Amino acid sequence: MNTGRRLIEFKGVRKVYGKGTASMQALRGVDLAIDEGEFVAIMGPSGSGKSTSMNILGCLDTPTSGLYSFKGVDVGKLDRTQRALLRRYYQGFVFQGFNLLNRTSALENVELPLIYRGTQARQRREQALNALETVGLKGWESHTPGELSGGQQQRVAIARAIVTKPAVLLADEPTGNLDTARSREIMELLNTLNSTDGITIIMITHEPDMAAYAKRVIHFRDGLVETDKQNGRAD
Amino acid sequence: MLWNTILLALRAIRRNILRSFLTVLGIVIGVAAVITMVTIGRGATVQVQQQIASMGSNMLMLVPGKRLGPGQSSGSAPFKISDADAIAKEIGSIVAVAPVSSQSVMAIFGNQNWTTQVTGTNNQYLKVTNRSIRGGREFSDSELRSGAAVCIIGETVRKKLFGGQGGLEEKIRLQKLSCDVIGLLEAKGQSSMGMDQDDIVVIPLSAFQRRISGNQDVSMIQLSVKQDASTEKAQSDIRTLMRERRHLSASDDDNFNVMDMKEIAKMLTGTTQLLTALLSAVAAVSLLVGGIGIMNIMLVSVTERIREIGVRLAIGALEYDVLMQFLVEAVVLSSLGGLIGIALATAGSFFAARLMQVPYIFNPGINVLAFLFSAAIGIIFGFFPARRAARLDPIDALRHE
Ligand SMILES: Nc1ncnc2c1ncn2[C@@H]1O[C@H](COP(=O)(O)OP(=O)(O)OP(=O)(O)O)[C@@H](O)[C@H]1O
Ligand SMILES: [Mg+2]
Repeated sequence: MNTGRRLIEFKGVRKVYGKGTASMQALRGVDLAIDEGEFVAIMGPSGSGKSTSMNILGCLDTPTSGLYSFKGVDVGKLDRTQRALLRRYYQGFVFQGFNLLNRTSALENVELPLIYRGTQARQRREQALNALETVGLKGWESHTPGELSGGQQQRVAIARAIVTKPAVLLADEPTGNLDTARSREIMELLNTLNSTDGITIIMITHEPDMAAYAKRVIHFRDGLVETDKQNGRAD
Repeated sequence: MLWNTILLALRAIRRNILRSFLTVLGIVIGVAAVITMVTIGRGATVQVQQQIASMGSNMLMLVPGKRLGPGQSSGSAPFKISDADAIAKEIGSIVAVAPVSSQSVMAIFGNQNWTTQVTGTNNQYLKVTNRSIRGGREFSDSELRSGAAVCIIGETVRKKLFGGQGGLEEKIRLQKLSCDVIGLLEAKGQSSMGMDQDDIVVIPLSAFQRRISGNQDVSMIQLSVKQDASTEKAQSDIRTLMRERRHLSASDDDNFNVMDMKEIAKMLTGTTQLLTALLSAVAAVSLLVGGIGIMNIMLVSVTERIREIGVRLAIGALEYDVLMQFLVEAVVLSSLGGLIGIALATAGSFFAARLMQVPYIFNPGINVLAFLFSAAIGIIFGFFPARRAARLDPIDALRHE
């Protein structure tokens, strides 16, 4: 269900950390194009630049050089506030380490992006409850992250990322901390979000089993795209 | 949105309730102190004004010394009885003249003793100060002239020496002077500045000069102006007369001062107001210290919550949202401190007013002002930490520790 419209484009994206002799090239000229409705898995060895790319995609970081355009807009030309607004209205981010707010209930964690969108309290609650139900956490609304298992926390993080029905869901190792059964549940969930809600999904994973759920797999190596293949898996 | 932010702030404050309380303690104390000072000061001022009003507006007071300002004067030669006589004779608009000298003396009756204010004057004194005799009689002309050993005593002295009963016709001793009690003064209660006006023994001026002070000085002259005459005119007449009598040349400044009630009120309230202002300044410093405390704790709070700030920024909060979050937290914190301070001050000034026997006058203005001021402290001292939080880079904040 590729609608064909270009969502994301990287042209010669470089990212250099540090300066001078101590500098380190995390990305060395990445070219990439992702269309709306795609489900992409990004793989590659540790340190190959996956998270760096993801942070740039999520407008959290800026490339040292090269072009990043989102929905045809040159993100490099946006200021801090405009990038924040882009995150607010188009992107959902699942962080590598969950990054939920402690001592704050699951429901309130999920409501957070809606607060910044200015959604009214009642609607906010309703949408957050729906999102939690979608990730299978009905009944766990009032639990704080400390009272939830790793898998449940990961699902709260996903609920928070999808509650706004973003154009794209960016997930950095969403199954990194989970056992296989839990991981499969999450993958099924992402698959549903992609096929039913039409949310573009870009996900980093180390596990080929999980990458198999995606329709396209991109391999990174040493800060460059090594391979970029459509998955044979039909659905 | 603002309401959400306030709830969020309240929650953050409750999470560290002890720390929050200690942080606002400076504000609490500052606000409570300022309000209490001002309330008590106001009460004292009002009391002085009421007392003065009860004395009548037609009183003048002639005191030696240059005038320097409220509550101050410099020493100068005292007056003589002849000055009082001259005023009585030459200035038509004056109805009563009382030359007054007084000194603190121990009064003794039997085995009771009590240190009191002995005032040497004449019968006019009662008229000028609006007092009356409730038992016995005034001095006779011959007693005044000869300086007879007779006295009129105030209610407090009567209580202390005679246990509140009798006293008339008894003999009390004032230093070397043994005198007959011929009259009892009507009680008048406490004066402004907390002085007991009934703690007094009045004796003829000539007796006072001869037997108590041992000189011919008159320390001040109190006068009553005719009801319908102008006090300004009387004041300037007295001034001209006194300049002449004290041999002042045109270039000399006055070395005496004719005060009317307004000026006396100013003199009396001046001291209170000066004191209030001073103490309020001290209290204001504690508010400043409180503000710095808030800034400090907000900086700590921002550092502790860097990851949270990163998450918020990453999921769509703008710099402005984070700025508001921390600013509101600081303002809520300091305003809560202000409210606690107001509650404390209300109770405190009520009891302090009781204790100091000044009227308690609730002053809405100072309470509102103190509250706004405490909120303003939150804004001023919360701004820097809040801006620091808002300017964090989301990716750095997320990576933090
Ligand atoms: N903030 C940083 N400062 C300096 N170097 C960094 C920083 N972030 C990443 N790097 C370096 O950039 C390279 C790519 O890092 P990145 O996090 O993108 O790897 P990754 O592919 O996500 O690895 P992993 O699978 O372990 O998460 C690594 O060599 C890393 O050391
Ligand atoms: Mg990574």
